[in-house]
Amino acid sequence: MESLIIILVGVLSTVAFYLLLSRNIVRVILGTAILSHAAHLMILAMGGLKIGSAPLLGEEAETYVDALPQALILTAIVISFAVTAFILVLAYRAYQELGTDDLEEMRGTDNE
Amino acid sequence: MQLLIFSILLPFLTAALIPLIRRRIGNFNIGWLVLFIPVLLFGFFASQIPMVSSRETLLSSIEWIPSLGINFTAYLDGLSLIMALLITGVGSLVVLYSIYYLSPTDSFPHFYAYLLLFMGAMLGVVLSDNLMVLYVFWELTSMSSFLLIAFWYHRKNSRYGAQKSLLITVFGGFAMFAGFLMLYAMTGTLSIQETAAVMGQLTEHALFYPAMFLILLGAFTKSAQFPFHIWLPDAMEAPTPVSAYLHSATMVKAGMYLVARFTPIFGGTSAWFWTITIVGLITLFWGAFCAIRQTDLKALLAYSTISQLGLIMSLLGMGSAALRYGNTEAGALYGLAIFAALFHLVNHSTFKGALFMVVGIIDHQVGTRDIRRLGGLMALLPVTFTFAVIGSFSMAGLPLLNGFLSKEMFFTASLNAASMPGLFSTSWGWLIPVIAWLASVLTFIYAMIIVFRTFLGNRDSKAVEKRPVEPPIGMLISPAILSILIVGLFFAPNLLGDHLLKPALEQLLPGISGASPDSIYAWHGVNTELLMTIGIVLIGSVLFITFDRWKGIFKIQPAGWTFNALYNYALASSENAASFVTRSYMTGRLHQYFFYILLFFIVSTGGTLLLSDALSISFVQDAPVSIYELMLVLVMIITAISILFTRSRLSAILMNGVLGYSISIFFVLFRAPDLALTQLVIETVTTALFLLCFNYLPEWKREPLPKRKKARNAVLAIAGGLVITLTGLSVNSADLFETISSYFQNSYELAGGQNIVNSILGDFRALDTMLEGLVLFIAGIGVYTLIRLKLKKEAGTDGD
Repeated sequence: MESLIIILVGVLSTVAFYLLLSRNIVRVILGTAILSHAAHLMILAMGGLKIGSAPLLGEEAETYVDALPQALILTAIVISFAVTAFILVLAYRAYQELGTDDLEEMRGTDNE
Repeated sequence: MQLLIFSILLPFLTAALIPLIRRRIGNFNIGWLVLFIPVLLFGFFASQIPMVSSRETLLSSIEWIPSLGINFTAYLDGLSLIMALLITGVGSLVVLYSIYYLSPTDSFPHFYAYLLLFMGAMLGVVLSDNLMVLYVFWELTSMSSFLLIAFWYHRKNSRYGAQKSLLITVFGGFAMFAGFLMLYAMTGTLSIQETAAVMGQLTEHALFYPAMFLILLGAFTKSAQFPFHIWLPDAMEAPTPVSAYLHSATMVKAGMYLVARFTPIFGGTSAWFWTITIVGLITLFWGAFCAIRQTDLKALLAYSTISQLGLIMSLLGMGSAALRYGNTEAGALYGLAIFAALFHLVNHSTFKGALFMVVGIIDHQVGTRDIRRLGGLMALLPVTFTFAVIGSFSMAGLPLLNGFLSKEMFFTASLNAASMPGLFSTSWGWLIPVIAWLASVLTFIYAMIIVFRTFLGNRDSKAVEKRPVEPPIGMLISPAILSILIVGLFFAPNLLGDHLLKPALEQLLPGISGASPDSIYAWHGVNTELLMTIGIVLIGSVLFITFDRWKGIFKIQPAGWTFNALYNYALASSENAASFVTRSYMTGRLHQYFFYILLFFIVSTGGTLLLSDALSISFVQDAPVSIYELMLVLVMIITAISILFTRSRLSAILMNGVLGYSISIFFVLFRAPDLALTQLVIETVTTALFLLCFNYLPEWKREPLPKRKKARNAVLAIAGGLVITLTGLSVNSADLFETISSYFQNSYELAGGQNIVNSILGDFRALDTMLEGLVLFIAGIGVYTLIRLKLKKEAGTDGD
């Protein structure tokens, strides 16, 4: 199962990298969103999968799955949401100001 | 005794105190308060003279970074004491002088804070036994020198001079640092004393000569030796007390100190002997030659300082041969050169300090330092004139003044070096006394220029309207004390020689008896040295009188063929090169930046994976895969790939949503209920947000990229994904570490929570969670501001 998930992570990252390399700002944002999906799955897979029950002590199980990656991912989900929201609004404002969603056309001439 | 270490720290502590008390006591009083520090330290070091003259040393150490062998070790021997007395003694006089020199509009707190910073750093340099500590203080002197040269930072020349001195001395300091590291690699100790003890066996080591030359580079840049001398004349933009203190009496002597200190380590090799002697002699001659043509009194003194530093440097070079010959007659004869070097080091500080103060007085009272506009000041400034005569004549090496004694010794040493048979003599040896003599003639000429062009002749009342008067008495005290020392040292040189110079020499050249003269005499009978001096006076006088006829000689050097031009060219071209390189990759294109990042990731991580043989794939530890999980994975892969090919942005967003929801299903399957819930909520909000924004964004166009670039991006993306997959698989198949998660399973006992994930977030790592909240908050402010910004602007345009 872990290896399968890791291969899935690889495919997701490839897609995300390709999107990040493009010039359209929305594709770049999509790339970051997909990359964080990949990262979350990767962290979870590294902790081992499906061994033991959910990390709730009330279950009174023999073993529990690794809780630490879950805590990390929970933080990461929230932060990646914040970042995605911010760049989305940034893209929206940039389009309003500059009239383009093409990063190449957004390049200013100041400070160069 | 920890008092020694405290003496280094005291100036720093006072410097830190100045900003706190400046408002309370006013400008004038800060100077008087600061004056207390060097006087106190001078008293402390003076009280150590009996200890040193009985051939003892003082060592005081506190641990700093013991794991790296770096201890704050202060070591006081004869050499250190001479330097420390100069630093605090001249320091006291300069502080006193500066109280009257600075104008009320100058920032006294800054000036004295920098000056104290320098004083502490300089004491640190001469008292540190640990190479790393010495290096830190060494760079601190460069920094404080930079601050002091740029004290009048509104002047362009000040900034230029400060930058130049910093670049050159820090370049040298860096080289020296590398040399220190090589020394450490050879000896395994950072203590100078311990290094000197084991160094004799290491002359064959491959790093011996690189270390030597790198350390010499540090000494030469700091002491303004040819061709690094160019920073010193530009450093004269500093206030005159600073020039007298840093750029004449103390900081530029740090290079001398370093060479003397490392003589027991490197001395006795011919590379050390010839490098230092030749560089010193060239500097001696070139400095004197350039000094004559200066029209600014301070520039003249700057070149004369360069020349005198070259003199001391060459003496240190000649004297190092003593270590090769050991306790023989030859060793003693060579060793005399180091005695002369130390003697002249002290003498130079007295007469050059006095001369700088005289020039400061002239500048202060007359308003110009230009020799062409000065003249006839003798009647108006009789006291200043007296000091100028004493200082200049001592510099020229005339009798009844201390410069005569050390100059005679210099001639003796150069004659010794030329006539000595053996390893270091070559057929060119006779050049040493010849260059020494020629440079001394030039020295005589510029010393006369200072006296005669400034104080005698007719006063040009058109050029200088103000009728100058003697300065306040406070400005005269310091040069007066130095002048008394200049005369006093001539009549009682052995007081200095017996108590300081001899102990210092014996510690530098252990086991060589008879290197220092029994006592210093002014009269040796009619010998070659005396004839040389008489020749200097005669020829020098003739040349001085006929100066106007032969000054065309300076036009031989073509304009633009100077080291300054070279420096400026090098600086400008390195700036151009740096901005060219920066511009070539800082293109402002996001996809290019990401291209570099991705490429770096693939090369570094993928390369490490291959080279370190870490690549291993095994499926042994894997949990079993059920059919619906496999189907879910396939769905996600297909969805992800189709995002790349869709033309409609709406379907791209929805497919991203599919990915997110599938992941939340995985979270359920992988026993992570909290994650599944959070992911569901977040994915919903994100998709809604995307759709909302799309309302305002244009439809997708086809990427206007050439096929070749698309292929390149695809290759790079696939390579990146491959590296991630392989790394993940390798990590998964190895089990290198114990898990730390079992600790958190005690969450009920430790944190009172049944839900382990929640306990981690809310208790074990609560600070992280709080900062996560902060990130959300900042992002929220960002979003809010971006939207508000627009409203404001619209309101503004509406108003128009």
